Amino acid sequence: MTHEHLISALYVFALAAFLGYQVISRVPPLLHTPLMSATNAISGISLVGSIVTAGARYNTVSTILGFIAVVCSTTNVVGGFVITDRMLKMFKRKEIGPKKD
Amino acid sequence: MQTYFIEISYLLASILFILGLKGLSHPETAKRGMHLAEFGMLMAIIGTLLHHEIVTYTWIITGLAIGSVVGLAMGLWVPMTAMPQRTALSHAFGAFAAALVGISEFYKVSVHGEHIDRITMSALGFEVMLGALTTTGSLLAFAKLQGMVRGTPMTYKGQNIFNMSLLAVTVGIFLYLIFVPTSMPLFFTMAGLAFVFGLLLVMPIGSADMPVVMSLLNSYAGLASAATGFVLNNKVLIIAGTLDGFSGFILSILMCRAMNRSITNVLFGAFGSAVTTAGGGDQQGTMREVALEDVGVQLAYANKVVFVPGYGLATAQAQHAVRELADVLEKRGVTVKYGIHPVAGRMPGHMNVLLAEANVPYSSLYELEQINPEFPTTDVAMVIGANDVVNPDARDNPTSPIAGMPILEVDRSKSVVVLKRGQGKGFSGLENPLFFKPVTGMLYGDAKDSLTRLVQAVQHA
Repeated sequence: MTHEHLISALYVFALAAFLGYQVISRVPPLLHTPLMSATNAISGISLVGSIVTAGARYNTVSTILGFIAVVCSTTNVVGGFVITDRMLKMFKRKEIGPKKD
Repeated sequence: MQTYFIEISYLLASILFILGLKGLSHPETAKRGMHLAEFGMLMAIIGTLLHHEIVTYTWIITGLAIGSVVGLAMGLWVPMTAMPQRTALSHAFGAFAAALVGISEFYKVSVHGEHIDRITMSALGFEVMLGALTTTGSLLAFAKLQGMVRGTPMTYKGQNIFNMSLLAVTVGIFLYLIFVPTSMPLFFTMAGLAFVFGLLLVMPIGSADMPVVMSLLNSYAGLASAATGFVLNNKVLIIAGTLDGFSGFILSILMCRAMNRSITNVLFGAFGSAVTTAGGGDQQGTMREVALEDVGVQLAYANKVVFVPGYGLATAQAQHAVRELADVLEKRGVTVKYGIHPVAGRMPGHMNVLLAEANVPYSSLYELEQINPEFPTTDVAMVIGANDVVNPDARDNPTSPIAGMPILEVDRSKSVVVLKRGQGKGFSGLENPLFFKPVTGMLYGDAKDSLTRLVQAVQHA
């Protein structure tokens, strides 16, 4: 990796860190569990690395490792988003309206 | 042109991920936010499929298919009570994927005899070490949560020194590899050691400290992905991994603060393995047992009732029963609230999700700072399967191992009813003076059973 690449990657890392801190600290404890499953699903983006490894036919070892990585990452992405959606659907606020006697 | 399109899809994904997480600031915006993130992920995947280095699609398609089926199954069928276990598994998968990509990168470059520069090797080392230890650590966490392995801390003499030495050796190899990046056996040794270290790290952690460990592992899995981003020079990976890493990190700090223990204490303190001589001690006085029908009457004629759930609610699968009781009480005009301690349960937000599954509206769920001032005006505080989070020793006894930990001050209520299976101690192994206070009545039995019978009792009161 060249020095230019490293520096620009570090810029991105630093900005992501600050941004991440700001965004995440606004998530209420109520939603901490969906937060964990959502961030898990998002970090499944490593799928894009394993897809190339599994398909580029570099060598047998890499292909097999890449394939396993694709399975693992896809499980996280699909499972993570499905679970997060499922959890978020459950959060309902109290129905306001004619109720009490 | 092709790479341009791929890079644009990554950029789009990055933006949508951030917007998605931003949506999690409120339940109403969260759903739409997640759809944005999902769309971003889809774009990134489709974009990658057009990558010029891809020669064959068989493995890719098979992998995507298998992963989707397993993920879908896990997502749809895991009950909310098993959420901590599923989360631990997903950390393991994510970290494993990162570690594998790193190992395969190293292998691919080494086999061609190419030289890996120091920067790439550093990132690669981080990726593989973090990925490996998070994989095994998360798998052990899963086993502990699932009850396959003892929940109490597993310790032995000199454990911390052994762990530190192992870590030092692993890091030593890592540093050596940066300067001599061609040694494959050394690389695999480092990876192997990291895998072992993950197990050793999680071994001494007790079930009560699981919320912190889960958050930490979440963070590490994310950082391993970020390191992958550095190796592959892939910005969306760096961004997503950093977001995940920081999310876990912030949660860990919050959990530690909520237990008033430092992170080093949690990781290396083996809390709960031995009951320390300070604090604790034997309790004078007896626990007052109450009859179910009396509790029913108490609840029926109360003005305000606060439920305090703990992990016991999950193990008893009593979340639906407590909601039925709440419904019956609210029909009688009783105000019902739920007090949720940040570390109640086995992972951050565990209780909230459990109760939401039982259709408890989230507006009834109150955090510690919100509900504590209300206890003096609460007629009945009902503690269900919670112990340490309502232990007044944390507030009153400076020699207690849990001193300083913020608690839900149920003992300030007009009356406390504790639902407990038996006379056992909480996971810290500490006696809870709350149970011996005159204001407290103990209702023994299975929580779900007691709550269901209470519904009847209240209706007939």
